Amino acid sequence: MNKKIEEKESVVVVKNVSKSFKLPTESSTSLRTTLVNRMKGIKGFKKQSVLKDISFNVEKGDFFGIVGRNGSGKSTLLKIISQIYVPETGTVSINGRLVSFIELGVGFNPELTGRENVYLNGAMLGFSAKEVDDMYGDIVSFSELHEFMDQKLKNYSSGMQVRLAFAVAIQAKSDILVLDEILAVGDEAFQRKSREFFEEIKRDVNKTVILVTHDMNAVQRYCNKVIYIKDGVLEKSENLQDITNQYSEDNLENYESHVVTGKAPAKDKAKIWIEKKSNSVLSNSDKLFEFEVHYELYDEKLKKETPLYIAYALHDEKRGGIVFDSGSIAVDSSELRASIPLENFHNTDFKIIASLRKDPKIVNEENPNETDMITFTKEGHDARFILRDIEDKEDYGLLREI
Amino acid sequence: MNSKNWILLKELVKTDFKLRYQGSIMGHLWSILKPLMLFSVMYLVFVRFLGLGRDMPHFAVALLLGMVIWNFFAETTSMGLTSIVGRGDLLRKLSFPKEIIVLSVAVSAFINFLINLLVVLFFAVLNQVEISKYAIIAPLYIIPIFAFSLGIAFILATLFVYFRDIAPVWEVVMQAGMYATPIIYSLSMIHNNRIIAVMMLNPLATIIQDLRHILIYPGNQVITEFINNKWIVAIPYVLPFIVLVFGYTIFKKYADKFAEII
Repeated sequence: MNKKIEEKESVVVVKNVSKSFKLPTESSTSLRTTLVNRMKGIKGFKKQSVLKDISFNVEKGDFFGIVGRNGSGKSTLLKIISQIYVPETGTVSINGRLVSFIELGVGFNPELTGRENVYLNGAMLGFSAKEVDDMYGDIVSFSELHEFMDQKLKNYSSGMQVRLAFAVAIQAKSDILVLDEILAVGDEAFQRKSREFFEEIKRDVNKTVILVTHDMNAVQRYCNKVIYIKDGVLEKSENLQDITNQYSEDNLENYESHVVTGKAPAKDKAKIWIEKKSNSVLSNSDKLFEFEVHYELYDEKLKKETPLYIAYALHDEKRGGIVFDSGSIAVDSSELRASIPLENFHNTDFKIIASLRKDPKIVNEENPNETDMITFTKEGHDARFILRDIEDKEDYGLLREI
Repeated sequence: MNSKNWILLKELVKTDFKLRYQGSIMGHLWSILKPLMLFSVMYLVFVRFLGLGRDMPHFAVALLLGMVIWNFFAETTSMGLTSIVGRGDLLRKLSFPKEIIVLSVAVSAFINFLINLLVVLFFAVLNQVEISKYAIIAPLYIIPIFAFSLGIAFILATLFVYFRDIAPVWEVVMQAGMYATPIIYSLSMIHNNRIIAVMMLNPLATIIQDLRHILIYPGNQVITEFINNKWIVAIPYVLPFIVLVFGYTIFKKYADKFAEII
């Protein structure tokens, strides 16, 4: 056997790419204001640096993820790779046929039939009629629109249109496929099919995919490499798990600080909040998510009532529904320590909501249906955490086979 | 131009034609019917009622020929003007040679122009025009017309990305240009030769007169009858190519930035 490690071929090389845009500061749509501003020495625009010195390599066969928050510059980067924008400094070199889908169905014309649109779209992507002939069958069968291909696009439902566009995107015979956030289209069955298709591409050593997405699960499932763009800077690009975790954590932090600081102090009778004792992003090997529920009473009458009860519930934010409810637990101090075992679950986003309750056995005679709840965790005081196990690819359901 | 661009051009032109008379009952018959009807109106108004060009045999056909050439120029330039901005959505999301968009507009207009020429030919036969043997070189004159129109379309398309003010300005220029070109009137109606000499520096004026001269009636005056200096005579013939090279150059220079600006 040849023991030599095979050098992988770089198909996309991004080197020191920077980009900035000129954003108009004043609305100078009229000639007069433009001239007046010019005379005052106001430039009329400010420079917004979008990408700062980005460098990375994509190798043949990679499923390459680019993640980042909205406005972080990842779409600009994708447009530079797709040669729609020119980089201000630095270079992008591409080796192979690159087909990019910044958006699905660009250039689709509602007055043309499905078939005509496929050929037009193909031409726009640089395919000859002959090449489109070759992939036409695959496109039609993937989109499952056989009997509609000679109908005008305007008679398609929006779901059908997007299916056709998606089929064109992924059946296009390219070496490098660039996709911007277009994974989840169509109904459930179609999505499942798309997933299977991506799994297949992932194994294909000749096909390279560059994917921009917010969906960390997709990144986990498909990508073998990922970079994280934060405020136009390449954060890091070593470990898939680290990057996705950091991205998710940054998002959670941002969410929490936004909600907590954004609210005026309420005049509630009591306040309840959860403090995390574990990381925000966990894998099954962490076994437990630990947290504390704290409360504070403002109402004098309430302070005399003992015992009070705390109930907490675990929500599955991805699939919906309450996974677990603790029921009322009597507390005497103002905190409750609890933990949730994780090994039973597939990857998901969890939320824990806690509520402060009176004794459930005391029934108000006048109003027996009155709730015994005093307060519950307001937005930002609940606990959100993410279970993400890189090994775990199957996550249609929440429960894991053990 | 490589084959990829050629395919795109073909697809864009094809689509344009498919959609042009989309949904109408007569469909592509309109491509012939429309000029036929328009020309009939013009003939009635200018020749029958206003009596223009009574001194010029077959003036009606000459008028139509001038009109058809002018229309080609007007269609290419005004559609070319908005072509890049109009396809902004495409430019922002796909990477392809942008000159194809402008070129496709010109080619669509050109096909229309050829159809219109057929209609003019029909009127010529109806008018018993004697076509001279020089008619064989007439297609050569179409080259500078195409080059001139396309060159200006490139310039306007580029300008329009940066300055939307160009659209109304160009509309006015076109209106003025139409009256400054011998289309609805014959040169014989102007008695000041110096004015004619200036008018003939316009490539469209010169070429329209040349075509009328060789195709319709030799009495249609050409540039050499007003200008003696052969270098000056060359201006209207060479200018279209200079405009094309210039237009294409500035278009290419700014084309990379279009996606960001639109």
